[in-house]
Amino acid sequence: MIISLDKAWDIAQKYWPSFMLGVRYTLFLAITGTLAGLLIGLIVAGIRALKVEQRDSFLVKVLKRIFAFVSTVYIEVFRGTPMMVQAMFIYYSFRSTLHWTPIVAGVFIISINTGAYMAEIVRAGIQAVDIGQTEGARSLGMSSFQTMWHVVLPQAIKNSFPAMGNEFIVNIKDSSVLNVISVTDLFFQSSSVAGSIFKVQETFLVTAAIYLFLTYTTSRILGYIEKKMQPKQTGRAGA
Amino acid sequence: MEQPIIHISGLKKSFGDLSVLENIEFNVYKGDVVCLIGSSGSGKSTLLRCVNLLEVPDGGIIEVDGQNILEGSINVNRYRARVGMVFQSFNLFNNMTVLKNCMIAQMKVLHRSREEAEAKALHYLELVGMLEFKNASSLTLSGGQKQRVAIARALCMDPEVLLFDEPTSALDPEMVGEVLEVMKRLAKEGLTMIVVTHEMGFAKDVATHVVFMDKGVIAEEGSAEDIFQNPKEERTRAFLSRYLNQ
Ligand SMILES: Nc1ncnc2c1ncn2[C@@H]1O[C@H](COP(=O)(O)OP(=O)(O)O)[C@@H](O)[C@H]1O
Ligand SMILES: [Mg+2]
Repeated sequence: MIISLDKAWDIAQKYWPSFMLGVRYTLFLAITGTLAGLLIGLIVAGIRALKVEQRDSFLVKVLKRIFAFVSTVYIEVFRGTPMMVQAMFIYYSFRSTLHWTPIVAGVFIISINTGAYMAEIVRAGIQAVDIGQTEGARSLGMSSFQTMWHVVLPQAIKNSFPAMGNEFIVNIKDSSVLNVISVTDLFFQSSSVAGSIFKVQETFLVTAAIYLFLTYTTSRILGYIEKKMQPKQTGRAGA
Repeated sequence: MEQPIIHISGLKKSFGDLSVLENIEFNVYKGDVVCLIGSSGSGKSTLLRCVNLLEVPDGGIIEVDGQNILEGSINVNRYRARVGMVFQSFNLFNNMTVLKNCMIAQMKVLHRSREEAEAKALHYLELVGMLEFKNASSLTLSGGQKQRVAIARALCMDPEVLLFDEPTSALDPEMVGEVLEVMKRLAKEGLTMIVVTHEMGFAKDVATHVVFMDKGVIAEEGSAEDIFQNPKEERTRAFLSRYLNQ
């Protein structure tokens, strides 16, 4: 393996604008995909966690059962198939009806894919919340929805923050598979640079360095936020 | 004759094949402090949880102010707000401060304004001696402090009856007193309470009525004096001798 660091440095400087354009798309996909996926995950896991109760009306019972079934299918399908395959299938299935651009399709695909993972992450987070929290809220007359929204979900999110942050890092890397539908992310830009100058190794060394910088910085920031979220054990107001 | 606040009769509950409550029958009048005693597994918690509808009974009636709460038409959430519950494990909301713990249900269930809810919360936090901790996270409190906040939180809903399920059983011995003090004070102020407890001293002092449960049935009931001085049933005597002579 012969690789010239000097050449890589030259390429980085010369094609910096191309790389940066790619970084913009990559970060845009990772951020919107993670946030939208989180929203999907919260909604799906939140509704799934509302168990069928004896006192529910018939309609509510039926709706809860239908939702449980549909959401299970959604989670299994999107976690059980590669995002690259999902991208090809979804993009081309709807291209003629929706006339969507690759980036719009890309955001949709990464969001719905992340949503399936987030739903499982939030579910585990909800399960880790002590049942006493729910009983305390219900005993005060709070509805199952109010209990979920004000008491259980905030604690579930906190429990699963590390796993959610990890999804963000995964998305920075895995958004690269969306190049199959011509989303012009960092990987796609790198391929065009490499193709135009026939220097695959050096170009992708630069690409790897940029991905590593993005994921490493992100994981530091997330680690910092996680620490800030720990309750201060010293907070005995006025004692 | 005066109408009971809570009238229970023929109450049944089983979990699968396990029959936990059989034909439970008793009344609670306004201002009563009913102490439920009995060995572990006799169904005391299940009975309280049925009154609060955290468990749905299999049969029988529970009338509150003359209305059967087991009939389909009642609004369960509104009902639960009228009957407060204090748990052995406190169950304070871990994601909220002490003050917020006492306000959230007032605002969401009773639709009180923030100001009104806060005023009430401060009032009851002061009553239980926890006012200075209003901004603390509930995670930082000791067990006794948590339980006093939990009592204040329940009182904020202006319940007609307050149910206590072994409120001091999870506490270190030196913290039992502070919680019992608060409960005695509430009893003196005329709050209607049903208390599951192993604190026989408390039951002797404040109970207007003592109910001894054994294996899912009420084995004996009467005034504190009846039960503690002259128990009629052999199993009541056996239970009490185990508790009083330790
Ligand atoms: N959710 C439940 N599912 C199955 N069995 C239960 C449940 N809750 C209580 N039990 C059983 O019911 C019996 C009475 O329990 P409980 O009411 O907690 O008694 P106590 O509070 O007097 O100790 C016990 O045998 C207990 O194991
Ligand atoms: Mg119990």
